[in-house]
Amino acid sequence: MSKGFSDREKVIEVSGLTKKFGNFTAVDNISFDVYKGEIFGFLGANGAGKTTAMRMLCALSIPTSGTALVANFDTMRESDKVKSNIGYMSQKFSLYEDLKVWENFRLFGGIYGMNEKEIAEKSNLMLDELGFMSEKETLVKSLPLGWKQKLAFSVAIFHKPRVVFLDEPTGGVDPSTRRQFWELIYKAAHDGITVFVTTHYMDEAEYCDRVSIMVDGRIDALDTPRNLKIKFNVEGMEGVFLKLARGANRKEI
Amino acid sequence: MKQFLIFVKKEFMHIFRDSRTILILLLMPAIQIILFGFALSNEVKNIDIAIYDQSHDAASRLVIRKISESPYFNLVASVDNLNDANKLLQSGKAKVVAVFESNLYNKILHEGRGSVQIITDGTDPNTSNAVTRYVQAIIGEAQLDMTHIALPVTAELSMLYNPQMKSSYSFVPGVMGMILMLICAMMTSISIVREKEVGTMEVLLVSPMKPIYIILSKAVPYFTLSLVNLTTVLLLSVFLLGVPISGSIFWLIIVSVIFILVALSIGLLISTLVDTQVAAMLISGLVFMMPVMLLSGMIFPVENMPFILRAIVQFIPAKWYILAVKKLMIQGLPVGYVLTEISVLVGMAVVFTTISLKKFRIRLA
Repeated sequence: MSKGFSDREKVIEVSGLTKKFGNFTAVDNISFDVYKGEIFGFLGANGAGKTTAMRMLCALSIPTSGTALVANFDTMRESDKVKSNIGYMSQKFSLYEDLKVWENFRLFGGIYGMNEKEIAEKSNLMLDELGFMSEKETLVKSLPLGWKQKLAFSVAIFHKPRVVFLDEPTGGVDPSTRRQFWELIYKAAHDGITVFVTTHYMDEAEYCDRVSIMVDGRIDALDTPRNLKIKFNVEGMEGVFLKLARGANRKEI
Repeated sequence: MKQFLIFVKKEFMHIFRDSRTILILLLMPAIQIILFGFALSNEVKNIDIAIYDQSHDAASRLVIRKISESPYFNLVASVDNLNDANKLLQSGKAKVVAVFESNLYNKILHEGRGSVQIITDGTDPNTSNAVTRYVQAIIGEAQLDMTHIALPVTAELSMLYNPQMKSSYSFVPGVMGMILMLICAMMTSISIVREKEVGTMEVLLVSPMKPIYIILSKAVPYFTLSLVNLTTVLLLSVFLLGVPISGSIFWLIIVSVIFILVALSIGLLISTLVDTQVAAMLISGLVFMMPVMLLSGMIFPVENMPFILRAIVQFIPAKWYILAVKKLMIQGLPVGYVLTEISVLVGMAVVFTTISLKKFRIRLA
């Protein structure tokens, strides 16, 4: 994994980011950078502060202190510009089930300000790549879950965002579909879209270029999976995660 | 703006693809109007009456003939003792028994007074009241026929605005209030909460789409549907139930649009308070629909309620709307008489919208 990201363009720059809810510090002074085209794994137990941190990066939540630049825009002062330059896929499956496949593309393309012609060309291209052309006119609700998830990912990167945020994108699908899903992620990264992904699956953590692990609102480890395994002297990412999580004070929620 | 239109289109697609919902939304108003107009009337007709005639003379026969001719009564039996009369009442075969004293005709002629006893089933006070009034009216008529002397003082009743005492006159405004509240408040809140539940709301909030557009685009289709329903209800009331629009149609529509906006803002408010569709349905159903039916004066007169209820009623938007519709539509009063109602409704719309937009923004922070 020595692609040498550090000399490449920074797409996410976080420094001293903190979010407090009353006395509770959900995110405690975290700092990190993510580079263009990188697949960045954002790991942590439930309640470690992953979601809160991600919401701040998506300009959905205002930090108590610290700053975050996403696609060179400040998430606080330029939230509109941040939003136009990111894609998002939530852990809940998030397409409109009562719309057809192409209508979902058209809707989200339209929301991101693409014109009809662009939308038509891009959706044909994407459906072709996915091998979904025959399902163009199908209502999303009649597709199997694995397909829906691939489709949701395609919709999230439809407007070619600088960064795509994936919040536990592969929950509930079988391993082979998960592998196919990761092929899409690799392809997007190859095309220059930075991928910021949270996951529960440690085998998926191995697929990331770099991984950060949050414990109690802090980032306790950040490196390539390989270096982390060497540092903690364990076989797999599971071991790294367990060693770090053991030090956690917060209970799983 | 273009994004907004794309979004409104999407909302219409949601509604039209859900064929059951659209069917309910468009048919329900028609069905309710027809139900309230015909089936659920508080007029009393076809009452089963039994006669116990101890007199068998010209006077009693005249009254009995008039009773049997009346559309209000249905002569079921003639008995010759009180026991049988009681049995008919107990078994429910008769709702009322008229007992004529003996020598009725002679007593009227010579003593100037005779009496007819009317026994009704008091478990149903409304019917009992109505029945008593009907029988009294019939007896009065018969008396006039026989003696050709009118009672010294007679009350000339004149029912303003609703000369035939049709109950549809009072139900139409109520049903209008109920339907508009149901469609706007319930459907808007459900459709917003559905997006929260399914997870699409998150994706929308991350997008450059302005939250206010997301919310407004939800309101547009239901606003349109409400206008369609308003038209249906008005057409049905005028042409099917024969309820006239005595006042200005223009102001009737303006007031209705204001009420629709109040209902939409309530829908928005509910959607900011709850996270599941079931909760949205329960809140709009229990907290907003039930009071509309029971407390708005649609079924029970507000004046008869205890003080606390009367105070609560002031906060029910439908109460003001129904009042305004009664004045504009049934009484035909000029708009000057409904200024209070209009300003209360406008005030409510402003307050609810402000609160819900504030709440929506707080959730984002």
